[in-house]
Amino acid sequence: MASTETRPAATAAPPQTPAPVRVVVAPAGWRADLRGIKVVWQRELIRFWRDKLRIVTALVQPLIFLFVLGGGLSHIASGGTQGVDLRTFMYPGVLAMAVLFTAMFSAASVVWDREYGFLREMLVAPVRRGSIVLGKCFGGATVASLQGLLVMALAPLVHVPYSAVLVLEVLALQLLLAFMITAFGVMAAVRVRQMQAFMALMQMLVMPLLFLSGALFPLAGLPRWLEVLNRFDPLTYAVNPIRTAVFERIDLTPAARAALLPGITWFGWQVPIAVQVLVVVGFALAMLSVAIWEFRSA
Amino acid sequence: MSATAGDTTAPAPVDPAASAAVAVRGLVKRFGEVEAVRGIDLDVAGGETFGFLGPNGAGKSTTISMLCTLLRPDGGSARVAGHDVVAERDDVRRNIGLVFQEPTLDGYLSAAQNLRFHAELYGVPKAVVPERMRLVLEMVGLWERRDSLVQTYSGGMKRRLEIARGLLHAPRVLFLDEPTVGLDPQTRSSIWGYIEQLKAAEDITIFLTTHYMDEAEHCDRIAIMDQGRLIALDTPEALKASVGKDRVQLQVDDAQAAIDALRERFGLEATIAEGHVTVAVAGGEEFVPRLFAELGVPIRGVSVARPSLDDVFMSYTGTTIRDAEAAGGGDPMLRMMRGRH
Repeated sequence: MASTETRPAATAAPPQTPAPVRVVVAPAGWRADLRGIKVVWQRELIRFWRDKLRIVTALVQPLIFLFVLGGGLSHIASGGTQGVDLRTFMYPGVLAMAVLFTAMFSAASVVWDREYGFLREMLVAPVRRGSIVLGKCFGGATVASLQGLLVMALAPLVHVPYSAVLVLEVLALQLLLAFMITAFGVMAAVRVRQMQAFMALMQMLVMPLLFLSGALFPLAGLPRWLEVLNRFDPLTYAVNPIRTAVFERIDLTPAARAALLPGITWFGWQVPIAVQVLVVVGFALAMLSVAIWEFRSA
Repeated sequence: MSATAGDTTAPAPVDPAASAAVAVRGLVKRFGEVEAVRGIDLDVAGGETFGFLGPNGAGKSTTISMLCTLLRPDGGSARVAGHDVVAERDDVRRNIGLVFQEPTLDGYLSAAQNLRFHAELYGVPKAVVPERMRLVLEMVGLWERRDSLVQTYSGGMKRRLEIARGLLHAPRVLFLDEPTVGLDPQTRSSIWGYIEQLKAAEDITIFLTTHYMDEAEHCDRIAIMDQGRLIALDTPEALKASVGKDRVQLQVDDAQAAIDALRERFGLEATIAEGHVTVAVAGGEEFVPRLFAELGVPIRGVSVARPSLDDVFMSYTGTTIRDAEAAGGGDPMLRMMRGRH
């Protein structure tokens, strides 16, 4: 390199001497924040893909519920399902469940990231912390929906025909559900700093929420207290639209439809599917806001 | 590599006020009752290698965390790379590189993936990313291993990768918080090799903390911190000079004659230590030519030993770093991070 150096005069303020490889990094702003979202999202995908064991294990639990629990109970439950296979009934619930556990694992990565220090690398970056939370939530939603797609491939085994529209509908609902769960998990992960504690908390919350949501039993004829709890469970408003989408594709007698898909009522008012979806969106946004707010001071 | 007016030599000392890379005024940080940093002032010039020396718990990490915008000061102000650490947080962040004591790498990603993640987060232009990645990875000798998962790396390799990553976005100031702690001597010296190389190659200010006395000698200037205050700030040479005298040892055939001559001609009281005539003298190197010219006794060899920074720390605090650590009870920053928050 030719030395064309000119030493600045003592009086003038010396200009910033350029480094040999001059890198001018982009300024802050929404572009930086978008890049932040993208790169955090990408990392979730790379890590999901690396961890094949996790893909398999996350698939085992829905399969057990569907074929072991569903298969085992189908005889004693046959009276209540109006001739519909219990496994067919449970299938939409299992679609939700697959997403649920994967999304939880994605959220748990915040706890890992803190433990292994990588969280710090993200927290000191010149991007808004909200974009890191959003990246995590989009990442969790994407990864969980990929897992959901695997479960969706099982449809013919439980007498649900494939259909492109069905797949898209269910995928959209799964994305939304997974986003909500990841946001919820991230919200919790900022507070809970030990992995064991986080996992215990999730187990404690997820199983009751799953059972209360009606993923595994119909909402018709529930005891009053169960019905009230069910209406407060955000998962209810994700499971019911998924079930509605699936049941539209299979032949059901009117009696079976009434028994298995009674819909959701608030004080006797039949809540439209659109409103149910809006409830999930509302929950998701609320949890996301809390997570972002918490992350700002993390 | 398009270089404009590349100043590849060590930058000339500049007026600190004109282009201070780090300027700190009255900085204070409290953790509850504990005042971890008690109002410090300092200026670090562009291109300088500045060392922060002190025992664990002295407030070094807390200070560096405030300069890196990770902690909000409770009082005073600080500007890094020309930006205020509170009001212009993102501008500071874009212009600094950070290497922490604890690893902050994703072990499930490869080295290259970790670097790409960083490049994207810091907005390094896509066109220069490959070139820049190669440059920093080659510098720390990890280019060949770039596609290995970081979890397969040794502790020393991880630290080298962290340094490479800290440099990826060509920061104006690189903060190294205990860059060699927990590493074996060989890796420690190779890390110092990279730092020397870096100073030659890039116009960068290096701000580092250490509690190894021998490492502090690599710095242009050193601040000694103890119990939240700066107790000394100067070049290693000046600090050592302030402590006292160099130790000059003479190899002579006639020890008694040399001792007598030293007393008569220089007024110095010499002793015999380690088998040599030993005398304590201010400015030992300047003394050696006079010694040869005026002693009048044949000299076979001379060695000059300077006081170490250990001696400096001792003279300012009345205790050695090791004893200060034993009494300090750990870093308040770490205590805070482990506790609630």
